[in-house]
Formats: sequence, C-alpha cells, structure tokens
Amino acid sequence: MSEPATTPTQPPEGGSPKQKDSYEAVIGLEIHVQLATVTKMFCGCELSFGEPPNTRTCPVCLGLPGSLPVANAHAVHLGLVIGLALGCELAPRSVFHRKNYFYPDLPKGYQISQYDEPLCRGGALGEVRIRRVHLEEDAAKLIHVGSSGRIHGSDASIVDFNRGGTPLAEIVTEPDLRTPEQASEWLKLLRTTLRQLGVSDVNMEEGSLRCDANISLRPACSAELGTKTELKNVNSFRFIERGIRAEIARQERILHAGRQVVQETLHYDPASDRITSLRSKEEAHDYRYFPEPDLLPVAIDQHMLAAARQALSELPSERAARFQRQLALSLETAQLLSFRSELGDYFEAALAAGADPAPPAQALANWVTGELAPRLGGYGREHDDRGGGSAVADEPVDGGVGGDPVNSRVTPAALAALVGMTAAKQVSVGAARQVLDRLIAEGGDPRAIVEAEGLAAMDGGDELAAIVAAAIAANADAAQRVREGNAKAVGPIVGQVMRQTRGRADGTEVARLVNEQLGV
Amino acid sequence: MSAEVLALSAAQASAAIGAGELDAGELFSFYRERAEADREAGQEGLNCFTWVAREAPGKAGTRVRETVPHWPDTVRMHESAGSSLAGVPLAVKDLFCTEDAPSQSGSRMLEGYTPPYTASAVARLREAGAPLLAKTNQDEFAMGSSTENSAFGPTLNPWDRTRVPGGSSGGSAAAVAAGLAPWALGTDTGGSIRQPASLCGVVGLKPTYGSVSRYGMIAFASSLDQAGPLTRDVTDAALMLAHMIGRDACDATSLAHPQQIALPSAERLDGVRIGVPAELEPEGSSIEDGVRRCFHRALALAEELGAQVNTDISLPHAPYGLSAYYILAPAEASSNLARFDGVRYGLRAASSSKVEGATDLLDMYTRTRHDGFGREVKRRIMLGTYALSSGYYEAYYGRAQKVRTKIAEDFATAFASVDLIATPTSPGVAFALGEKTADPWSMYLSDYFTVPMSLAGIPAISIPCGLSDEHARAGANGAEANGSGLPVGLQLAGPAFSENKLLDAAHALERAIAFDSTAAHV
Repeated sequence: MSEPATTPTQPPEGGSPKQKDSYEAVIGLEIHVQLATVTKMFCGCELSFGEPPNTRTCPVCLGLPGSLPVANAHAVHLGLVIGLALGCELAPRSVFHRKNYFYPDLPKGYQISQYDEPLCRGGALGEVRIRRVHLEEDAAKLIHVGSSGRIHGSDASIVDFNRGGTPLAEIVTEPDLRTPEQASEWLKLLRTTLRQLGVSDVNMEEGSLRCDANISLRPACSAELGTKTELKNVNSFRFIERGIRAEIARQERILHAGRQVVQETLHYDPASDRITSLRSKEEAHDYRYFPEPDLLPVAIDQHMLAAARQALSELPSERAARFQRQLALSLETAQLLSFRSELGDYFEAALAAGADPAPPAQALANWVTGELAPRLGGYGREHDDRGGGSAVADEPVDGGVGGDPVNSRVTPAALAALVGMTAAKQVSVGAARQVLDRLIAEGGDPRAIVEAEGLAAMDGGDELAAIVAAAIAANADAAQRVREGNAKAVGPIVGQVMRQTRGRADGTEVARLVNEQLGV
Repeated sequence: MSAEVLALSAAQASAAIGAGELDAGELFSFYRERAEADREAGQEGLNCFTWVAREAPGKAGTRVRETVPHWPDTVRMHESAGSSLAGVPLAVKDLFCTEDAPSQSGSRMLEGYTPPYTASAVARLREAGAPLLAKTNQDEFAMGSSTENSAFGPTLNPWDRTRVPGGSSGGSAAAVAAGLAPWALGTDTGGSIRQPASLCGVVGLKPTYGSVSRYGMIAFASSLDQAGPLTRDVTDAALMLAHMIGRDACDATSLAHPQQIALPSAERLDGVRIGVPAELEPEGSSIEDGVRRCFHRALALAEELGAQVNTDISLPHAPYGLSAYYILAPAEASSNLARFDGVRYGLRAASSSKVEGATDLLDMYTRTRHDGFGREVKRRIMLGTYALSSGYYEAYYGRAQKVRTKIAEDFATAFASVDLIATPTSPGVAFALGEKTADPWSMYLSDYFTVPMSLAGIPAISIPCGLSDEHARAGANGAEANGSGLPVGLQLAGPAFSENKLLDAAHALERAIAFDSTAAHV
C-alpha cells in the first residue's frame, strides 16, 4: 500500500483543514556504523569483506548451543573514541542487554545491544544534539530468492552469517533537523568525522554506514511534537533526501485531509518513490529487554579513557601531514602509517630508538610498510580450516591488538638498526631481508645475526671481482649478448653472483663490475 | 579382578594407573562395557546414558585436536595441562557439548545433534587425562528435579528402581551410585548436582559461580548454571574440581580461582563453626522425619569431631529463594532457548501452512517449538516470557533480582559468625517415579535448600549422611545385604571461593559417617 491505514478525525473545531505549508518537519536520525575492528563484536571471527557466504563464522556468531559471547575490547575503544569526538558523556559503567525477537538473521533469537545504560550519552555534532551512542552486534544477511526481494512472497530465503556479529555503534540524534537537505548535509558531516577518526569505513553502498530517519510534522511555530514515523534504511545521501521528502509529503497529505498520522515503521522504495508500511505500533515487538547475563558490565577505566583520548589527540590526517612536513615522507607512506596507526606507532618508536648508523626516515618507513607489515600479515590471525571457524582472536578483551608489529619478535630498535646498516651499505638489501626473516622467526640483534651468518656486505674488492669473472665465464652466451649491446642479458650473470654470495653483494656494485669486466 | 577394579575410587584408580598396577585401557573397557550394558538395557536397566563411547581413546590426555575456539590463552592453557588424571574415564551430562558425541540436553529438539566443538570443562578434564566414557541422561535442558523430563525416558534410582534419581543431573548421579562410571560431570542451576547426589547417595559439588567455564554448556539459566563433579567420595570431587577450575577467555563470567584446589586431608573439625539456619522448614511441606534424623546425627558427629554447631543463625530471605528462582531462571531460559527455532540445527518441523506460496516462517517456528520442547520446558518458557514482558518486568524480574541481592547479603551476614552453613540437601529422600510430575510446585520444593546458594553464587557440597529407614526399599539392585533405607544428603555451604575449606570439612565428616557409597553398585 502506498499510504498506510489512517485514523479519520474531526477537523479542528470551527476551522477548515490547515493551510498548506503551515507544517514544519522534525527529523531525527539513527545511524548504524560498522566499526573498523579486525574481529567481530563477540567472537574471534574476522570481519567479512565479500568472502564466500558463511566462511567467517564460528559457534559464537552462529549462535550454536553452549557458545558464549566475549566483548571485543577494541570495539569498546572505538565507541569511546566516537563518544569523545561527539562530546558525549561516557558512562563509567554501561550494560549489554538482550533484545529478544525471532528472525532468521538473528541466530540466538536475540540481539546483544545496549538499552537503558548505553556507553555514551549527550553530546553534539554541529547544530545537532546527540542523544546516545551505544554498541551492538549486526544481524546476518538475508537474501530473498524470488521476485519480491522481500521475505514475504519470496520463493526461499538464504542466510549469510558472515556479517552476523559485526560490531556496530548506533548513534541516535535528537530531533534537531528540519529539512531533507539539512539531514543529508549533516550526515555527510558525521561521515567525514567518523572517517577521520578511523573508526569505520563509513561506506553507505557497502552498508558500513546505515541510516534510519524519524520524521514527524507539526504546525509551524509549535513546540509540540507530532506523531512520528520511522523510515528504515535510507542508504544513500540521495535516497535520504528523497525518502524524507516523500515521507514529509505523505504526512502533509494526511494532515491536510484532516486525518492523523499513525505511528509505524516504513520502508522507502527508491525505484517507485513509494513508501510502504513494515509494521504499525500495534504490531511492534515486545523485545523483553533484560541484562545479558553472559557478559559483565563494561567498566571504563582510566587506561581506556586515556587510550581513547590518545586516539583523538591527533586525527590520522593530521598525523599524515606531520609525517610529510617533519620527516619528508611521501604522501603514500605517510598515509599508510597514519591510517594503520599501529604501523605509525611502531615507525615512530623505531625512529626514536637511536640506532647507529641512523636509518633515514623514508627508508625506515618503507621497511615498516613494505617489508615488515606484509611479513606479519598473518600474525595472530591463525585460521583453521575445520569449518568450525575457530579463529584465534587478535583482539582479546584485554586490549591486545593483533597484526601489530609491536607484538612481533622484531623490536623497533632492531628494525632501526637493520635499516641503518642497510642504508650505510653495511649489508645488502637482499641480506637485510634474510636478517628480517630471522628476526621475525626468532627475534634477536640484527648485527649479531649478520656476523654469525656472514651476511656483511662484500665491498667491491678482489673477492667479488673474482666471483664476477667466474660468472661471466660460466655464462659466455649472455656475456656475448651484453657486449653486443643487449643490456638486459646481464641478468643470468648477476643472478649467479647473487646466488654465490647469498645476497651479501650489493646488486648495483655487481652490475657495475660486470659491465666493467665486459667493457661496456 | 573386576570387583577389585570396581571398588577403586577415581583417585585410587588414577594412582593405580600411575603406579603401573592398572592399565588405563583396561579400566576404560571395564567401565565402557558396564555403561554399554546399561544403555542397551534401556528402561530394563537404569537408563543412565544417552550415548556410550564405542572404543577406548588413544593415549590418555593426547591432544586429538584443539577444539576451544577464539582466544590464544585458552589454547596455551590446554597445551600446558598434564595428564595427572591418568586415564580415569569420565561420564558427562548430556548438555555439555562434545565434538565426538551427541549433545542433546535431554531434548527432542536436539536429538542426534553433534556439536562442532567441545565444552571447555570437558576439554580441560580430557587434557588432564580423563577421557569421555559416556553422556548421561538429564531433565530436558536441565529443567527438573527427577530426570523424568528427559526426551530419552527417565533414569531410575539404583537404590530402588521404582524411584527417581533426582535431577536434573540424574543420569550422572545414578551412574556413579551404580558403579557404571568412576565419576561424572554434572551441572547445577538450582540444585541439579546436589539434589541427585543426595537422592543417589553420592557426593555432589556446586562450585562458586564463575569458577568453572560455562563455555559449551547448553545454557538453562546463564547467571546460575555451574558445572561440578558427582563422585563416590569427597577426595574424587576435589580431584576433578582441581582440573576444571580457572579463567576461560571464552566465558566472560569465568574467574581465576584465588586458590589451588588441594586434595582434602582433614580428619577433625576443631574450631570449625557450622551454622544451621533457623529457616529450615519449607512452606507447605516439611522435612521428612528420616531426613531430619540423619541430619541431626550428622550434626552430632560434627560436634564430636570438634565443630561448634550454631543453630542461632538466620537467612531471613532464604524462604523467598524458590519464588525468586522461578522468575529469574525461566526468564533467562526463555531467552536462552530462543535459538532453537529450526533454522540452523536440531529439529525442524514441516510446515503445512503457506503464505503466498511459500512456507510460512512463523508456522515453522511454532510447530518446531511445539514438537521439540517438552511440557516443563514450555511451562518455563511461558513463565519467563511473561516475567520479562513490557509492563511486568519490574514487578517480576526486577523484584526477583532484589530478593537475590538480599539473599546474598543474608549469607554474607551469616558468614561473619560461622564458617559453614549446614542443611539437609533435600527435604525428602528419592520419591517414586510419577509421584510429583502432576504437581510442579511439589517438585520445585525438592530444591528448597539448594536454591538460595545458587542465587548467592556460593559453593555448596552434598555428601551422603546415612539412610532414612522411613521408606521401604523396593527392587534394589543387590543392595539388600546392606540393610534397608534410602540415602540422605547433608549440604554444606561456604563463602565464595571457600571450596578448600568446604572439601576439608566434608572429608572429615565423610570419614566419621562412613557411608558405603558402593552399596548400590549393580
């Protein structure tokens, strides 16, 4: 139906229906933000970004009998960062509740959310006041097979639990917005803010930022609020404006006709620009909220507050700018180090380690982002292939952060020393990579490894010259082609030298010697 | 040979294996055959088991594969655990998830369900060297005090096959009492370990809430459920508990126990202050005379051992415990059992109703839950749903929580003047099958003495303290030679984390009482 059931009422006493344009819209938003954690809200599964369905699941996020939730400390941290950024009051103690209802995308039969004791209250962004920010878990994804695209009338519905349990922060505003354009503009401001905080991808198309709008009309200049409706999932800036506009128009038609708006939950279909009813107040669920007995209340301590403030003290974009300005890092490297703050932290610790010879900042940054981080890609994220999905969590509730080089065996000082030696040509790049592999596996002092393994760079002395001469002799064809002007043919010769020296020789020096001996 | 093996407690068997006098594989086969015979006999036997292992496991304590997911410190814990239980096989209540065996929680809803992971408590005991022998029968989803609410038929009491073993851990208690398992794991929500231990003449311990991980226990009431041992004697209970406790990163409500659990050695109770609460007589019922006589004999023995018995303590809110419990536990259960909806696992009823040509979801939910749950489970889901409903929450759930707080405060006050509190475990001995099934409240009353400790989260143990000669025993299993009468349990409770003190006192009393825990062996 395009207009839900309404209740006829008498026209206002002694008057005709109200004049057109005499109503003011009152709009509040509820925004769900998927938090940029590594793992889910209550289990160790990694978040999913387009993986095959039901591959990022475990007994907890499938709601298997006997499984229990454990709150993700990093999600709490990100919630606090949002709260601080929006000027909220942070609750010293907040409580998870169970919101009970049956639906196939909700495997436990309840959603773990926060109710009357949320993580954050109050606050404002721009001219819009924030009512609360709370944490909860996302539902799984339902795909309805058939023409309707909705659960009613579909041939079948299939469930992908990859999304189930993704951490969400729900941000609820006060009804301080007045027009569709204003709502859309403010949401853009919120999105930019959240993106700068690094708490979420805030991508509406991919669903990491989702918005519902509460809309009511009241006579202009009236302070009383009219009956509101809730418009679900207006999930692009364009649809938010169009959806709210359509709903305002619908309510105006009802009021102009002298009828009353019914409190209900509505769905906006952008294709037809029509609004349909999902459920009315009478059909509303009784969610039977009660405190989640499987979780302890979230108690915010000084350490968590300090960490949240720290995260706020310098936004990623500010840090990237500082890296460019003070250390002359390239834009790309500076952004990489800033947007993955654990890499930035590690980089700054290495820079401050006082290695001698000192590593150049750009070289050190390249080693952190291009050599160390990729090698640690799987660090702390052991997957198993048993289908039970029991990943070893990298975000235990005690605040540990996985994939973080600071948790590896490579100390910042060791990497600084290694990069310093490389820059001073005391070890070749190839040898330094071997040393790094050893450091990752066993830890230790790079200089000691270099000495023990005989990996110190060869200078361009007689030993190297002799190896080069032997390599030329062994690759006579290649040597001939180089002499004939085919510079690329030098490859096999250089390769043999590098193999024989196990990477100790400097590649540039080897190439120079080869060319010298071949007289080109 | 077999009589000698059967006579060994779990601790003795473990020591004998350690000393090379007994082979762990032979011990396993011995109990496996006994358990399998009972399983095959069905209602002709005691019906203790829902599943029995087919063969002995490999080397005891070997890590087959890591099954507890998620958190690194759990993994480390398992790797470091030794094999100190030496291969003494363990019977486990059906509601513990076990990767290799059906885990059905006594319900048709989960008939044949085999989980993809193993409960932390079972995994810890397995790593410590106690392989899984069998899964034991129970009241459906642990809701009941007689094991009559099992979808797999009632378990019978080995002391008298016309009577119930208590519940909900009735299969575990009966298996230990009948010598069909050396020891067993149970769970206690309002008395589900202690009451069946009492009715079957074995030892049952409910630890401090949080001491043992709940991960992998199919939940009844999350804020009350706690795993614990059912054993032949107090030493076995201590031995099992020592290998179960500890913080588990998979259970946010689990705690690191501040003490190592020691094997009890006390023989005297000198200086131990034992309180007997004034609020002993339950409303609408009373303690049976035979139970009262055994209880008072146990108190007299305690005094002979040097204890000071103080009958002047009060738990003024304890009489409201049962009422509060029957709000809180069903409320949590109504939510915990919502996941059994037919979508992902367990029973799914066929739906005949179609909406616009497709299967009607609501109809599928309704039929599945109608067919899958038994009467008592439905009763509690309805009670709990009502108690949490909008407009009733404060009047029921809110008030019950306040009573719970008051009861915890009562215990704290009492423990300022006494070390332990003693009560009968249950007001009566094992009752006849079918005697209380038509009257839920009379069934609930058998947990009158055990529920307050559950609400307060404190540890409590039930030990056999004699036989009540009030009831004639019918159809006993070769136990006539040991005289007549049915076992009575003595409950001792202590403050949170006082397990060592509790076990020591129970040990001293156990020696003095000298109850024959093998009298009902089949």
